[in-house]
Amino acid sequence: MNRLWKFFISVKLTVVVLLSLAATSIIGTLIPQNEPAEAYRQAFGDFFYRLFDVLDIFDMYHSWWFRLLVAMLAVNIVACSIERLSSTWKILFPRVPPFRMGKIRKTDNQQAFNSPTPPPRLLESFRRHVGRGFRYLRVEEEDSGYRILAERRRWTRAGVYVVHTSVVLLLAGGLIGSFFGFEGYVNIPEGEATDTIRLRNSDQMIRLPFAIRCDDFDVSFYPSGAPKEFRSSLTLLQDGKPLLSKDIIVNDPLRHAGINIFQSSYGRMPGERMQQATRPPPESITLQLTSTETGMAYEETVEMGQTFELPEGAGTFQFKEYQPAATFMGQNIGEALIGHLTPAEGKPSDVLLPLRFANFDKMRRGRIVISVVDVQPEASDTNLATPPRQRWYTGLQVTSDPGVWVVYLGFVLMLTGCFITFFLSHQQIVVEVVPKEEGSRVTVYGVANRNRIGYRRRIEAISGSLSGIADTLESGGSP
Amino acid sequence: MNSSQLLSVTTFIYGVAAFLYLSAWVFKKEGPGRVATWTTLAAVVCNIAGFLLRWVESYQLGIGHAPLSNLYESLTFFSWTIAVLYLVVERKYRNRVIGAFVLPLAFLAMAYASLSPNISDRIQPLIPALKSNWLIAHVIACFIGYAAFAVAFGTSLMYLLRSKPSAAEESLLNRLPDPPVLEELTYQMVVFGFLFLSAGIITGAVWANSAWGRYWGWDPKETWSLITWFVYATLLHARLMRGWGGRRIAYLSVIGFAAVLFTYFGVNLLPGLHSYGAMGS
Repeated sequence: MNRLWKFFISVKLTVVVLLSLAATSIIGTLIPQNEPAEAYRQAFGDFFYRLFDVLDIFDMYHSWWFRLLVAMLAVNIVACSIERLSSTWKILFPRVPPFRMGKIRKTDNQQAFNSPTPPPRLLESFRRHVGRGFRYLRVEEEDSGYRILAERRRWTRAGVYVVHTSVVLLLAGGLIGSFFGFEGYVNIPEGEATDTIRLRNSDQMIRLPFAIRCDDFDVSFYPSGAPKEFRSSLTLLQDGKPLLSKDIIVNDPLRHAGINIFQSSYGRMPGERMQQATRPPPESITLQLTSTETGMAYEETVEMGQTFELPEGAGTFQFKEYQPAATFMGQNIGEALIGHLTPAEGKPSDVLLPLRFANFDKMRRGRIVISVVDVQPEASDTNLATPPRQRWYTGLQVTSDPGVWVVYLGFVLMLTGCFITFFLSHQQIVVEVVPKEEGSRVTVYGVANRNRIGYRRRIEAISGSLSGIADTLESGGSP
Repeated sequence: MNSSQLLSVTTFIYGVAAFLYLSAWVFKKEGPGRVATWTTLAAVVCNIAGFLLRWVESYQLGIGHAPLSNLYESLTFFSWTIAVLYLVVERKYRNRVIGAFVLPLAFLAMAYASLSPNISDRIQPLIPALKSNWLIAHVIACFIGYAAFAVAFGTSLMYLLRSKPSAAEESLLNRLPDPPVLEELTYQMVVFGFLFLSAGIITGAVWANSAWGRYWGWDPKETWSLITWFVYATLLHARLMRGWGGRRIAYLSVIGFAAVLFTYFGVNLLPGLHSYGAMGS
């Protein structure tokens, strides 16, 4: 038991756990997380796929071993704090603040000067001057002289506990969120309402306590073709009756009853006609080109066979052919366009753009993500009486996280704690005055637990002023 | 003169300043050193003027926003924070040799922004996700942190050179500040950077929560900033609690800066999982 405790309170453990967290976190940035199993099997082969799967590499930040590391960090922090609690308590709240003269005399942060005034005449002025900058002050008589002992900001020694508390709060907040919160997505066509959303990274659906209706969706573009604003007009419904309405845009969500609704994506309704694929081969297509580097999106309309320059010097792209029933990994994915991409660097390759899946090309992880926004001529839809205007759907992210306020409190404590710990220090000053010949010998010592260089300057300044005060007293003036 | 030209001039001035600091160190001359300080000051003024002009230009284009929205703009701001922080250090420690190790970083960042064919210096409108008041706070906090780590990287390199056993005899290395000064300076910079990196990560998290409803999503950039944070947290614990010092701390600071660079540039280079180039035939 004792050995286990020793293990958990060692700083060696802290260093090892922090470095392990840093090192293992890299894995999840090299291997994209939470992709479909088929894609991993394709990329790594069967053997490595199974190995990685057993080790939870594909969702490593939620794996048992990563959580174990985080738990070790939390236990380490708490154990260290408990271990030092009693000694810290004594340091923070001493009955009489201790000044260890043996140690203080050894500091190289000391200044000395002689004054022709005898010690007792200096005491009152010195005490007043030192007391101005230091909250705690006492005078100790000694031999024929005395020492003025003063200090300030003893409480800053608690700063490190504030930082460590903040880390525990961050982890606790995360835990609360993962137990009692949820995160899901829903696409709602204009004019329709739903109360069911799909949870992130799973096929599970959950029902909200209210329904969301998308009254209207608008997207506006800059002249360059980049999107400027997505706006959804939403109404929340309870038992069919409207609760409240709000327009949401990116960065301005709707919050109600602990549930937050964010503008996340949008798209055009594929329409029933697409699935029937009774269109003639397209003559021209409009593509949206989104740069993964700058986040900018551009639009480009091209004809079959035509080649064009990709934006941001990313190479060229040729619209090669149309397939009414393309396959991907053995699956029929319906209509698709095939393009030929010649990047600025690297090998040319064919790019598959299924019409039903607008975000398909994101998986390629290229510099430019290509998606099809329009195909001309449109499919011939003899049996449909839908208006010619194409309907939009809005993609909403719906979240609830009761732990977020705990996390925010952690954020505040983290920053204040770091500031206290690193930029404020517990400072002690000792002014020792002993008689020397007719006058006195004054020595000023300073010790601080941080920022010793800055404190040295302060001690120099104080010593200078004390020397000046002593001179004024000698010449008979009152300081 | 438009802001891009002004910032190109700034790049040139940073280059001159870096060259002057290096020659002052190598040839042991006071003169170039003093000129270098004034040159750096001129570059800093030019840099901020270019930054502000770019801000004004974006409003003239009708897409007004703070120039902190893409790689080009953040690099110019990065150089500026490095140079300003360095000038403060030079004033406080009265030592110009440090400039020979720090100013080249400011120059390289600017030169990369101005000269790399992959970086566009066009003023572009803000995409919806970036339209937030948190953008400015987030970017400024991050780059003050990165700049402090850059200076710490410079002083750590100097420490590693200076603390070699043979350094006392080599006159070039002899002229570097004493190891204890470099060690203290590295620590001060890391502490400063750590506070601002924390602030940068936190403002980013709050922003993410207000834009997407999640304060943490383990995306590569977030994760790498956390990795950087872990490395510097290790450095601080090793130094404060286990009394590490000297070369070990210098190595950790170098590793930390490598993580900073990867967070900043490397994340874009991460390999993709899906290459289905042979498809469709």
